[in-house]
Amino acid sequence: MDFRLKALTKSIWIFHASVGSCNNCDIETLDCFTPRFDLERFGIQLIGSLRHADVLLITGAMNRKAVVRMKRLYEQAPKPCLVVACGTCACSQHMFKESYNVREPLDKILPVDLYIPGCPPKPEAIISGVIKLLNKVKRGK
Amino acid sequence: MKILFNYFIFPGFLFSASVGLIAGWLDRKISARLQWRKGPPWHQNFTDIIKLLGKETIVPEGARLTFLAAPYLGLLSLVLCATVLGNALFLSGQSFRGDLIVVLYLLVIPAIALIIGASSAANPLASIGVSREMKLLLGYELPFIISLITVVIKSGGVIKLEDILSHQAGFGSNIFSLSGAIAFVVAVLCLQAKLGFVPFDMAEADQEIMGGTLIEYSGLPLAIFKLTKALLLVTGPLFVITLFLGKDIGPLFLLLKFAMLLVIAILIKNTNPRLRIEQALKFFWGPVTVLALLGLIFASLGW
Repeated sequence: MDFRLKALTKSIWIFHASVGSCNNCDIETLDCFTPRFDLERFGIQLIGSLRHADVLLITGAMNRKAVVRMKRLYEQAPKPCLVVACGTCACSQHMFKESYNVREPLDKILPVDLYIPGCPPKPEAIISGVIKLLNKVKRGK
Repeated sequence: MKILFNYFIFPGFLFSASVGLIAGWLDRKISARLQWRKGPPWHQNFTDIIKLLGKETIVPEGARLTFLAAPYLGLLSLVLCATVLGNALFLSGQSFRGDLIVVLYLLVIPAIALIIGASSAANPLASIGVSREMKLLLGYELPFIISLITVVIKSGGVIKLEDILSHQAGFGSNIFSLSGAIAFVVAVLCLQAKLGFVPFDMAEADQEIMGGTLIEYSGLPLAIFKLTKALLLVTGPLFVITLFLGKDIGPLFLLLKFAMLLVIAILIKNTNPRLRIEQALKFFWGPVTVLALLGLIFASLGW
């Protein structure tokens, strides 16, 4: 297995982008870093700048204004960069399916590597999703 | 050949960087335990560096050449600083006249490299970070230099690290006198700002200006800045040990003292909120400088 890939799976830095979500997914994501769940055990960190990111974690439905921004965010991130859709809004369109404002789901816009459904997903679900993501990277993406 | 060995392996780059990365892990682990978390494994910081080496390096549009050159400037000069300091501390007879001042200057260069690099990144948040870093640098250098002068006066006017150490071996550590203790407190506070730890981390405030000075860095340059930070985590405390706790510097005692200084810094980091930049400047130019001057006066009176 590639040495760099192995290092990547042991130290994932997450950039958390919220595109018009109701904040529930954001709260549950932050919960993963609290004492009860503590994702830092696996070297996973939330970071402030997109340039440091390995994972782009997106919550919320992709409304028209967000689409442009998300494309730019993805282009700005250094590459190997994974995209995680967290919550049902980001996975599909959820209750905004018929909305005038949300035209298409996230995976029509960016190459999504992992879907974590749930409204909001529990921290356990997010952690299990992260493990699946790590296994996917280990198998060579 | 010997110089190259000293520079690259012991006590220079390889040794200091590994100790620094482990010290960085200690910082994360103790912070985690204080917050009732478990914390990362010991090799975490090494993994981070290796991972960053494998990432893409992005140079933002409008960035100048200094954007990529600055990290090397910071790292190389800090390695030199670690070498000079380590030569005085670990190897006898390697110290030269005036190396105290050389170390003092070299310790400033990483901050300057950060300022140069971030200001050529063409990013508004980076320039906010730069302005804060610059003001902070002006703030803490003044009391730090005054506390250094206190030590020089106490050691009878020598500016050679080995002489300062041998003076302390003869007359007891500097910290066990009134002026020395005051200067030690000042130096620890300045060290906190030098390391960029929490009450004084406004230049890199993650939640506020998203990494500030480091915001545009990715891949290799970011890894180099992380390494510089790790080296600073060794050089800073070792410098303070040389100045104030220089009586017993056998390996065991050195390690204990180093760990003690590190734990003090981490505890301050975990129990304080971030200051605003003008609060920090007021703090350093007000009470801390007055304290340092007091130490200076006591030292010249011979206390």
